[in-house]
Amino acid sequence: MVEMITAGIDCGARNTKTVIMKDGSVIGRGSVLTGFDQEKAIYESFESALEDAGVTRQEIERIGGTGSGKDFIRTADSPLDDIRAVSRGGGYFFADAGTVIDVGAEEGRAVRIDQKGNVIDSEINERCAAGTGTFIEDMARILEIPLGEMGPLALQSDRGIAMNAQCAVFAESEVVGLIHAGTAREDISRAVHEAVAARIVSMILRVGVSEDVVMLGGVAFNPAIVEAVRRALKVEKIYIPDNPQFGAAIGAALLAAEGM
Amino acid sequence: MAKKKQESAGLKDCIWKSGDIKWKDARFISAGVDVGSVSSQAVIMADGEILAYSNMATGFDSAESGSNALKFALEAAAIPEERIGYCVGTGYGRVNVPAADRTITEIACHARGANFMYGPQVRTVLDVGGQDIKAILCDEKGKVSNFLMNDKCAAGTGRGMEVFADLLEIPVTEVGERSFQYEGEEPDAVTNTCVVYAKSEAAGLLRKGWAKEPVLAAYCRATSERIFSLLERLGVVPEFAVTGGMAKNRGVMDRLMPLLKLGRLKSEWDPQIAGAVGAALFAYALAKKGKKKKRKILSAG
Repeated sequence: MVEMITAGIDCGARNTKTVIMKDGSVIGRGSVLTGFDQEKAIYESFESALEDAGVTRQEIERIGGTGSGKDFIRTADSPLDDIRAVSRGGGYFFADAGTVIDVGAEEGRAVRIDQKGNVIDSEINERCAAGTGTFIEDMARILEIPLGEMGPLALQSDRGIAMNAQCAVFAESEVVGLIHAGTAREDISRAVHEAVAARIVSMILRVGVSEDVVMLGGVAFNPAIVEAVRRALKVEKIYIPDNPQFGAAIGAALLAAEGM
Repeated sequence: MAKKKQESAGLKDCIWKSGDIKWKDARFISAGVDVGSVSSQAVIMADGEILAYSNMATGFDSAESGSNALKFALEAAAIPEERIGYCVGTGYGRVNVPAADRTITEIACHARGANFMYGPQVRTVLDVGGQDIKAILCDEKGKVSNFLMNDKCAAGTGRGMEVFADLLEIPVTEVGERSFQYEGEEPDAVTNTCVVYAKSEAAGLLRKGWAKEPVLAAYCRATSERIFSLLERLGVVPEFAVTGGMAKNRGVMDRLMPLLKLGRLKSEWDPQIAGAVGAALFAYALAKKGKKKKRKILSAG
């Protein structure tokens, strides 16, 4: 266990998350909307986490930066590979993690790791919004349902509808058509979740399923996604930490402490 | 509230009729109906010459849209439906055109239609429609020898362009012109692999104070790059022609052609009707062969 206070900053497409860790434990967290000014978001997120932890900037010995906006994290000791940050974060929560998945607003990652946490194989989806949180968010807007209610609503459906569209933009037209045809909203929500889960699952299958399966990232808050992915992977359980959206930031903070 | 489909298409209904052709003298009247995800067209031919056509936004019910397109074209031509000797339907997915005697693939119809509209020297047809991009190689008769299609991803398609036009609150018909109305160097393209990401990038540019026109330029450039990569994979053989709604978008076409380093053929006809033209030509050929129509007359009563 490395004894020092470090920070991990994950500048994502939607939210910038920071954790402060001391001696291998989280002592503070901060999260702000990234918006279009990444540097400002990073600063505010960092300040917010420092305040939460009750430490000053000077007490932070090292900073690990990750996420799609990592190049904006000027104070980072060095930008960290997202895959390593995600793997380290997954292993932190669940010692027996074998496959770590991280799905955020605009990107998804799947990593298979060995017992020591070394990366065996990884896949990134950073080219297509179809398997990401933005898809669900856009559909929530069209269905006029709060994002947090989309998952629970989908779980109420007992009718599966296959969506033809694999693309978030085409799916929007398809959903508008389903609404127009009078389809029940829970059935539409379920179809949306199954479409997103299918994209995530195909990414995971490319690296291989090795238990225990861990899910990080904001999308892990969605019970319908987690359940659809679990079923498709044919595993008993998917392990999700409290505050899964901080997973990559935690990995970054740990890697910073370990000298990367 | 979800927008009505007709509003979001940004298309005006369009009907055209030939002043010259007297259909009553024709041996065979044939019809082609192309139902796309965004727009639908119907073409009426008299002995293989275009008599009339319609072009309209596809509604929620694609079968109904096909019937409506045909109805409008027939009205324009002032021909009763029972005079149609044969009707071919085409379009995306499990196309359902109630009036059609049979359906033929949109790839075959587009190549055949392009051959009619652009001439027998066409060898490569690019069709960019509402929800797909097709690159087709054909011979001097318009017969398909190879093709590549993207119908899974909105990047490069008409729908992607509509999303952008909506973001910028500009009618999609104005995109082309306005994408050139800025000073200075052409901006870099936004990401070309995903419309959702491109939209996010564009929103950021607008926030930074960019005017709409350079943002449009960046997106038109991305669209042209996306289309180019599909064409490059197939291999373009001159002569080259473009069909589908995107052919009318100068913002994309004028950025695509320099990437291809060749010219494109022109036609007097609306590039959106190519699929329906091809379908009507196939219908004409089938009528000449003595194929009987199978469908019920829809207009009775």
